[in-house]
Amino acid sequence: MPTPIDTAAKATPPSIARRVQGLSDRAIAWIFVAPTIFLLLAVNIFPLIWTIQLSFTNFRANRPNADIKWIGTRNYERILTDSDIWLTMQATAHFLIWTIVLQVLIGFTLAWLINRKFKGNDLWTTIIVLPMMLSPAVVGNFWTFLYQPQIGLFNYVIAFLGGGDPTSFSMIGDKALAPWSIVIVDTWMWTPFVMLICLAGLRSIPDSIYEAAECDRASKWRQFWTITIPMVLPFLMLAVLFRGIENFKMFDLVVQLTGGGPGNTTTLTSVDLKREAFEKWRTGYSSAYAIILFVTVFGLASIYVKALNKVKER
Amino acid sequence: MSAYSVTEPSRRQKWIAEVLVITYAVITMLPLIWIISTGFKTSEDSIAYPPQVTLEPSLEGYVNLFTTQTLQSGEVDPPETWYEEIVHDKGMRIVGPSRFGERFLNSVIIGFGSTFLSVFLGTLAAYAFSRYRIPLKDDLLFFILSTRMMPPIAVAIPIFLMFRTLGLSDTHLGMILLYTAVNLSLSVWLLKGFMDEIPREYEEAALIDGYTRFQAFYKVVLPQAATGIAATAIFCLIFAWNEYAFAVLLTSGTAQTAPPFIPTIIGVAGQDWPAIAAGATLFLMPVMVFTILLRKHLLRGITFGAVRK
Repeated sequence: MPTPIDTAAKATPPSIARRVQGLSDRAIAWIFVAPTIFLLLAVNIFPLIWTIQLSFTNFRANRPNADIKWIGTRNYERILTDSDIWLTMQATAHFLIWTIVLQVLIGFTLAWLINRKFKGNDLWTTIIVLPMMLSPAVVGNFWTFLYQPQIGLFNYVIAFLGGGDPTSFSMIGDKALAPWSIVIVDTWMWTPFVMLICLAGLRSIPDSIYEAAECDRASKWRQFWTITIPMVLPFLMLAVLFRGIENFKMFDLVVQLTGGGPGNTTTLTSVDLKREAFEKWRTGYSSAYAIILFVTVFGLASIYVKALNKVKER
Repeated sequence: MSAYSVTEPSRRQKWIAEVLVITYAVITMLPLIWIISTGFKTSEDSIAYPPQVTLEPSLEGYVNLFTTQTLQSGEVDPPETWYEEIVHDKGMRIVGPSRFGERFLNSVIIGFGSTFLSVFLGTLAAYAFSRYRIPLKDDLLFFILSTRMMPPIAVAIPIFLMFRTLGLSDTHLGMILLYTAVNLSLSVWLLKGFMDEIPREYEEAALIDGYTRFQAFYKVVLPQAATGIAATAIFCLIFAWNEYAFAVLLTSGTAQTAPPFIPTIIGVAGQDWPAIAAGATLFLMPVMVFTILLRKHLLRGITFGAVRK
């Protein structure tokens, strides 16, 4: 049975009928967006605010009934004057800089080679990309096996190629080599990421630019530096941004691979923070630590994004 | 033959590029091949020096992965099945299943649960962001993206306390909600990109034909966005599947997923590498298959839609 409202709705023009039959556009927009915003507020912003609050206290999560004292900025002062923290920052910087340098060099070279459009390049691209999608914890754990001095494949291959005794060095047991062991695995995993982005950059350059350069008798070398590099640069910078943020957060791979050792040589900030928060249970202190890290990432990322936008505008 | 082109690389160039790329691909595959092959070695072969390349396939690793064993003592029943025989020959006997099955199932439940939720919520939000004028739209979108910049360990402290208060620690529901929230940023950004590409004219035509906005959304836009939604879902699934930091901090038993569990597999004498490799193989395989299926959308997914091919 059609009600009078239905009849009225059908008689009216569609724009009005829509308002009568369904929800208004505005209501739909809010109903659609609200759950997402709510969940993100609950799981990201609320914890962030809580972390800020905890960072000014001496709270310890393993003693929930103890008195919580407000101690002002003492946690922050302690962290910023602690020399051990600067050592973990150095370890993180070493990891960040070398992974980015290696991944950019190898990734760009691979992309450039793949862009020579030889037969079957799609198949090889897919194979090269595989490590990037795998679970870093499971992979990191397995690499401890590959790095074993006696039985590991890595030492064996290096000794086979370079001569020498595979048992003479231990990648994750040696203080000088351990920082490189995590750089190698991260580079193995994430070079394809940089490669894919560079490949997109290379493919975005129209052939006509090279044709014009060829008419002007620019050498291949000159074309590479004045056309290829500048046109790929925004893509490359984007890749570096992603890798930078991801590796600043690096936790799973390193925890499984070296556990932060030997000594503190591979204790990256996230690994250190986990120890403070979930092994020593210094909740207030580690909250301050977390805030400092968050501000650092956010600050560095926004400066970088400004630089990236300038390059894009050029 | 195509006409001579200055931008087409010469045949020699192509050949050199091919050789170098294939060399890199082979080197990069070595660790993966090693994982898979170690799963089929006996524990003696797995720790042989020099590392064994030729191998007689053995399912010992897989049997160890799925069973709990103790040393044989006194009278032992003769083995009845092939897997009991493998264990029997090593002087052990099976006392029951291992935890691996449970942990794997947890990964499946939490992975699919959170993927469904984040794609569902993400689709709605992405549609609204793509089609409606929302106040502070750019700020909201940036806020959604920025949630991904936080180190997981940094938010883990209050989330740990929050879960403890709400009784969500070590529960499937807690992990599903958490992974949903983490994946939402990816799903909103990716899906918004996919929906921006669907011409508005389709919906406008549907609206003129008398569809409500809502009908236009699910009868016209959703089918058009199906590929994008599927790709997004696979990305969310892979993330939840691989996640380790939250899993190791917030779960210990009933809701523990496979990544924190696999490294803890221990045999009679220290780490049982064939069993770990078997677990890793079973765990990594689905992701490899998905990666191959996804290859056309890979770039878009890993850059949050910033780079589209």
